[in-house]
Amino acid sequence: MAITEDRMAVHPPVPRSTSLERRENLTGLMFLSPWLIGLVVFTALPMIASFVLSFTNFNLLHPATFKFIGLDNYSRMWSELINGGAAGASLGVTVRYGLMAIPLTIGLALGLALLLNQKLLAGKPVFRTLFFMPVLIPLVASTIVWQGFLNGSTGWLAQILNAFGLPSPDWFNDPAWAVPGLVLLGTWGIGNMMLIFLAGLQGVPTELYEAAKIDGAGPLARFRNVTLPMISPVLFYNVLISIIGVSQYFTQAYVLDPGANGNPGGSTLFYNLDLYKEGWSYNNMGYASALAWLMLAIVAVAALILFRTSARWVFYAGGER
Amino acid sequence: MTGEALPREVARTTSARSPRSRAFRFGISKLGVTLFTASLAMIFLMPLLYMVLTSLKDSDQLNALNAPVWPATAQSYTASDGTQYTIYSVPMPDGTQSLALEKPGRISSTFIDPKTGNEVTWVGNWRALSPVWNLTFDWQNFTDVINVLNFPILLRNTLLVSVLGTIGAVSSAVLVAYGFARFKIPGKNGLFLVLIMTVMLPFQVTLIPQYMAFFAIGWTGTLLPLIVPNFFANAYNVFLLRQYFLTLPRELDEAAQMDGASPLRILWSVIIPQAWPAIIAVSLFHFFFSWNDFFVPLVYLSGHADLSTMTVGLEAFSATYARAGSGTLTQTAALLAMILPVAIFFVAQRAFMRGVIISGVEK
Repeated sequence: MAITEDRMAVHPPVPRSTSLERRENLTGLMFLSPWLIGLVVFTALPMIASFVLSFTNFNLLHPATFKFIGLDNYSRMWSELINGGAAGASLGVTVRYGLMAIPLTIGLALGLALLLNQKLLAGKPVFRTLFFMPVLIPLVASTIVWQGFLNGSTGWLAQILNAFGLPSPDWFNDPAWAVPGLVLLGTWGIGNMMLIFLAGLQGVPTELYEAAKIDGAGPLARFRNVTLPMISPVLFYNVLISIIGVSQYFTQAYVLDPGANGNPGGSTLFYNLDLYKEGWSYNNMGYASALAWLMLAIVAVAALILFRTSARWVFYAGGER
Repeated sequence: MTGEALPREVARTTSARSPRSRAFRFGISKLGVTLFTASLAMIFLMPLLYMVLTSLKDSDQLNALNAPVWPATAQSYTASDGTQYTIYSVPMPDGTQSLALEKPGRISSTFIDPKTGNEVTWVGNWRALSPVWNLTFDWQNFTDVINVLNFPILLRNTLLVSVLGTIGAVSSAVLVAYGFARFKIPGKNGLFLVLIMTVMLPFQVTLIPQYMAFFAIGWTGTLLPLIVPNFFANAYNVFLLRQYFLTLPRELDEAAQMDGASPLRILWSVIIPQAWPAIIAVSLFHFFFSWNDFFVPLVYLSGHADLSTMTVGLEAFSATYARAGSGTLTQTAALLAMILPVAIFFVAQRAFMRGVIISGVEK
C-alpha cells in the first residue's frame, strides 16, 4: 500500500531545531496522544503479555497454578496440527472456507461492479444501495436468516430446487454442506469490495479503452489488457482485506453452534471458535494465546507473500509503487 | 464491459438507420440490462423476503405441507356446536367448492358446506385435497419476541454502547488524524506505518490480555470494556480522516494561525467545518460496527443477560428457539435486530458509501 506518500514529509531541510519547531513537535504529539496511549495500553502491552502467556499454563479460574511451561503449548499445538487435532482441524476448516469464499466473493464483487458501471444500466444508485445493504445487517441476524432460508425442508432454496425436481442438501445440518452454506452466506458481504472495485473502474481513463478499440481489441481483450491491470491495485487491496477477514471469522460459526464444537460433525469448527473454546469455555488462556500467535504468524506470512508477489501482478499507473 | 456498448461509429456511417431507431435499440438494451440487474438483486435479497414473510407466519404454516409462501392461515368453519373444521377446496361435479372436512375417510369423506350447513359426501382420498388459505399477517410473533427477547433492554444497552462508543471513537480519531495531517512530528511516517499495521493485526492476539486486565479491575460484566477503549482512536478511523484532512487546503489554517488561533481552535473552526462528509462517514462506520459487533460483547457480557447487546441477545434467543424448532420467532427476532441499522443506512447511504470509497481507493 502506498500510504507513506505524505505531503507533510516534504519539508525544506531545517538547519537546526528552533524552539518554535519543538513546540510544533510537542503539539503534534499531544494530538497523537490518544492513539499513542491506546497503542501502548490496548495493543503493545497486550501483545507482549499474550506472547508471554503463550509459554504458561495460565488459567483464569485457577491463577494460583500459574507457571511457565516452556514450549508445551506450542508442542501441543504442533501435534494437533499434524495429527488433525482441534487446532489442525479448525485451521483446515478456515483455510477451506477461505479457498472457496475469497475467489467467489471477489469474482462476484468484480462482476457486479462491472455491471453497475454499465452506461446501459438505469437506476444505478438504487442497485448500488441494494447490493451493498446486506453488509449492514448484523452477522448474527444474517446467519439466522440464512439458516432459515437454507433449511432442508422449510427453506426456500430447497423448495425452489425441489420444484425443479432437483435434490437439495440440508446445508447447515450436513457436515459436507455446512461450509459451502457459509460461503453462500458470505456473498452477502461483498458490498464493500463491490464499491471499491466500482471506484477503481471509474478511475480508468476512457482514452485507454478508445485506444484499445482502435487497435481492434474486443470486449474480452479490453477487460484483460486494460481493465484488469488498471484495477489491480484495488484487487490487491480486496484480496488482502479478504484474507484478514477470513482469519477473524467467528460469529457465523458461533451462531451455527453456540456449543463451539462446530456442529454438524465439527465441520464448522473455525479457528477462532476453537480459540474461543480454549480461552473462555476451558479458561485455558495460555494455550489460547499460543493459538492467537499462530494465527498472527499465518496472516503475517500470507500478507508478506501477497506483498512480495504484488510486483508481478499489481500495476501502479503512476509508475511508482 | 465498460459501458461501451453504444451503437458503434461504424454502424452509424454504413447503415442508414434513423436516429429514432437507434434510440429505440439503445432503449431496448437499457431495458434488458436493467431487468437483468433487477432480477440479480431480487435473487441476492431473496433471503430477506423469506425473513419478512416468515416473521408474519404462524409456526403451524411453516411446517404445513402445501402451504403458500405468503403468510396465511388455513380457513376453518365453526359448526353450531363450536367444533372447528378445516376448509378444503374440493372438486365437485358442479365445479370446485370450499367445503369443511367433517369426517375424513380413506375412500369417501363427509364435508359440510359452510354456506348452507348441509352435509356433503365426496368420494376420493381427502389427503390429496389442499386446504383453503387466507392471507393473514400474524403480528403475534412480534409481540412475543419483543417480550421474550427483552427488546427494550437490548435496545437501551446497544444504543448506549454504540452512541457513546461512536462519540469516543470519532472525537479521538479527529484529534489524532489532525496531528498526523498537519504537524511536524519526529518519526511520523514510521508511526503512521505502525498505525496501518494495527489495522491488519488479528484481534485475537490482544483480546486475552485485555480480557484479563478488565477482569482484574472488575470491568468484566459491565459495558465499560465495550465503550472505554473507543476513546483511544481506532486506526481505521484515523486513516480515513487523515486522508480527508490532507485534501483540505492549508491556506485557511495558515490564515487562522496568523490571526493567532491556537491549533485546537483551528481544528474546531477551520478543519472540522470542512470535513463533515468524512466525519459523518466515520461516525456511521463506527455506529454500525458497534451495533453489529459480536465477539467482544459476547466475551465481556456472558452471564449478564440484563447487559446484553442486540447481537448477543439475538444469538441467545436463537440458540433457545431455533432448537425448539420455532423458525418464525427467530426470523422475527433477526428482523427486529437489523431494522434500525438498515433504516439508518437507507437514510444516510450516500455519505456512508463515499466513506467506503475514500478508505479503499486512497490505499
